[in-house]
Amino acid sequence: MSHAATHPPAQAGSPNLLLLILKARTFIALILVFVFFSIAAPNFLSAANMVIMSKHVALNAFLAIGMTFVIISGGIDLSVGSIVGLCGMVAGWLVLYGVDLGLGWSIQFNTLEICLIVMLVGMAVGAVNALLITRLNVAPFIATLGTLYVCRGAAMLSSDGRTFPNLNGTAEYGSDSFRLIGAGSFLGLPVSIWMLIAVTLLAAYIASRTPLGRFIYAVGGNERAAALSGVKVNRIKLFVYMFSGFCAALVGLIVSSQLVASHPATGDTFELNAIAAAVLGGTSMSGGRGRIGGTIVGAFVIGVLSDGLVMMGVSSFWQTVIKGLVIIAAVVVDQAQQKLQARVALQAQAALGK
Amino acid sequence: MDHPIGLQIRGGTKVYPGTRALKSVDFDLRMGAVNVLVGENGAGKSTMMKVIAGVERLTEGTVLMDGHEVQFNSTDDAARHGIGIVFQELNLFPNMTVAENIFITREKTRFGVDIDRSAQRAATRALMQRLEHDIDPDTPVGTLRVGQQQIVEIAKSLSQNARILILDEPTSALSAAEVEILFRVIADLKRDGVGIVYISHRLEELIRIGDYITVLRDGAITGARSMEGVDVPWIVRNMIGEASKDFAKTEHHPYGPEIFRAEDICLPRIGGGLAVDHVSLSLRAGEILGVYGLMGAGRTEFLECVMGRHDHARGQFFVEGTPLREKDVAGRIARGIALIPEDRKNDGLVQMLAIRENMTLSSLGDFTRIFHMDLAAERSRVADFVKRLTVKIASMENPVSSLSGGNQQKVVIGKALMTKPKILLMDEPSRGIDIGAKAEVFRTMRQLAAEGLGIIFVTSDLEEVMSLSDRIIVMSDGRITGEFDRGTATETAVIAASAVGHAPAEILEPLA
Repeated sequence: MSHAATHPPAQAGSPNLLLLILKARTFIALILVFVFFSIAAPNFLSAANMVIMSKHVALNAFLAIGMTFVIISGGIDLSVGSIVGLCGMVAGWLVLYGVDLGLGWSIQFNTLEICLIVMLVGMAVGAVNALLITRLNVAPFIATLGTLYVCRGAAMLSSDGRTFPNLNGTAEYGSDSFRLIGAGSFLGLPVSIWMLIAVTLLAAYIASRTPLGRFIYAVGGNERAAALSGVKVNRIKLFVYMFSGFCAALVGLIVSSQLVASHPATGDTFELNAIAAAVLGGTSMSGGRGRIGGTIVGAFVIGVLSDGLVMMGVSSFWQTVIKGLVIIAAVVVDQAQQKLQARVALQAQAALGK
Repeated sequence: MDHPIGLQIRGGTKVYPGTRALKSVDFDLRMGAVNVLVGENGAGKSTMMKVIAGVERLTEGTVLMDGHEVQFNSTDDAARHGIGIVFQELNLFPNMTVAENIFITREKTRFGVDIDRSAQRAATRALMQRLEHDIDPDTPVGTLRVGQQQIVEIAKSLSQNARILILDEPTSALSAAEVEILFRVIADLKRDGVGIVYISHRLEELIRIGDYITVLRDGAITGARSMEGVDVPWIVRNMIGEASKDFAKTEHHPYGPEIFRAEDICLPRIGGGLAVDHVSLSLRAGEILGVYGLMGAGRTEFLECVMGRHDHARGQFFVEGTPLREKDVAGRIARGIALIPEDRKNDGLVQMLAIRENMTLSSLGDFTRIFHMDLAAERSRVADFVKRLTVKIASMENPVSSLSGGNQQKVVIGKALMTKPKILLMDEPSRGIDIGAKAEVFRTMRQLAAEGLGIIFVTSDLEEVMSLSDRIIVMSDGRITGEFDRGTATETAVIAASAVGHAPAEILEPLA
């Protein structure tokens, strides 16, 4: 593929075909990875393994969806991993203790209420990110780096660094169903996968069929022009960071439910995997370009690659190296695609005879 | 006077994938003279100059200097042969100061390491004096206006003591007085024996300044001669192969009631004073109001105030008699105001988005029910406007960056019109587009006015403001310094008004 990309005019008779291949590259990569592991790793294609793997992928995919919106809008959100940790701790706290009012009693919540509160916490952190960026003019990288540390610290403080164990909930308060978020399944698919499907469809719909989505692309492509066209830039940014926080909160809920415990270090460096998945899926770090579908495929490539390598018994050190190489290769091919695409458009324009 | 040939291109052909930008051209560059180069956008002017400046290499053919074949592999190569170029697209570093920009890669140093700032500053001051501009060497370039940035680019080339100087549309952002200064500098350089290549879309200007003229059409040279006896119809005939399209007013229509009024608009300037100084004006439906003025006269800032870009602006606006209370851009668009900004690339378009997406960016609400966009309706609406504005596009899904300047401008106009404005603000609507596209833009403006829109357009082109406006307002130093009706306006009076509180008197000589 990379060979063809370096000599497109000579070898590919039709640049359009080559362009199609380049556009579908992440998908092709996914198929290749799949085929490779189903041959190289025994049991790779078993239904049980598929379910386990998709559960792993889902965690990263949630974060990557939120991250994609943020990156398309021209920003970056480094805080998602910490939001996962913090939200997990909030969920754990609520399941174990409820909210103590200090009068000798406390309010207990059922599972639905817990979920809503945790989501609000995630969105609140996202809102703080957005306000820092829009109102106080802090660069997105720095603002979210700051909240990364603050959230992680807050998560640690909540339990003095200890784990909240046995989050089984109490039937009396209606929180015993908390476990089902991670362990339950519906029509043969885990609940977390259904949630991923729902969030993916929602995000893809927003991106392609709503003005909000169009504005996200416009803000990332040229903020000044978008503002002069009447786009409310600050609101768009508020949305993308809150959505990213919302996605992170979902991951926090799922992880703590799956493990029936929450640990304050959960989600460490998850933000980097999310960025990698988005970039692998063709999202441009300079903003204005990217697709939700691409990001999902990107998340699957990373997830399948790491699980497959584990099953093959490849050392985790090599896994890290391979993951890095795949990401770099993806971006190199992406550049080739952009060049080719621009040329095809220019040629079509030139064919009009100006 | 005899002008020796300093550089020749023989049989120059340049092939880009899919297009032949130059078709076997023969070009002579004469020293001590102004060699004018003219042609529509995409005719190959810029390509030819890029070949001379070492940015591009010829596919076939040779470049000769003083009879010897030369090969420029980079701009450094060309610079070593004494060739300097001022690109149409400014190549400056916005965060560096004027002095740092001028001496970039050629820093004045002590012992080869330590940058001698004071020497650079002094040299910059001397250059600015020569260009008669009062720009502080320590200002970051990013805070300068586009026209001032162009002056910095020209200063940069002057500082290299170029024997051949290529100016690609140097006056597109300059006002009349600044053009005069530039012409004096060019005359100086000519006297020193420098060969100047001058590219511009302003034909009158070319005839005035040029000694030799070369006309390009579709990559081939269609006319090359000495400037004696050349007139505008001759240039236009060679450029587009047919008689000139006149953009003067054709039909007259009655004006409607007052549609827009600005009262006492003030905008503080960074560093004190007022960028817009107590400006009041009114506009009637169907009227084209031309705002003429020098660079930095506050014209652009005024339009930005109308659009809601500056929230610290004071004063009041009225649309159809009711005060404009909306603070943000979206609110003002909803009230029927639309802006076509001066800087198409940075303010007008999202380059990486498709033509369709750019055109509908301001009016997505029209295709949206609650939150769902009707993409089919969007496409048909865009197709409608593409046809109406005769935008030449291969597909509306292509990125807008693949279009030529004129077609990009039409996309921006389409975007503004899609919001169904009552008042259209146009900031330098003809900047950097070729004569054919210009005529179409002007025709569109007339037509819109006939349909009852009020149009305020800002320009530094005297000919344009004289022939297109129903009424002319002249601004200088943030204030309105003159107002003329179509019948009473004369070029001399307009220029005199534009220089109130500015520049010494000798610049005020009327244009030839």
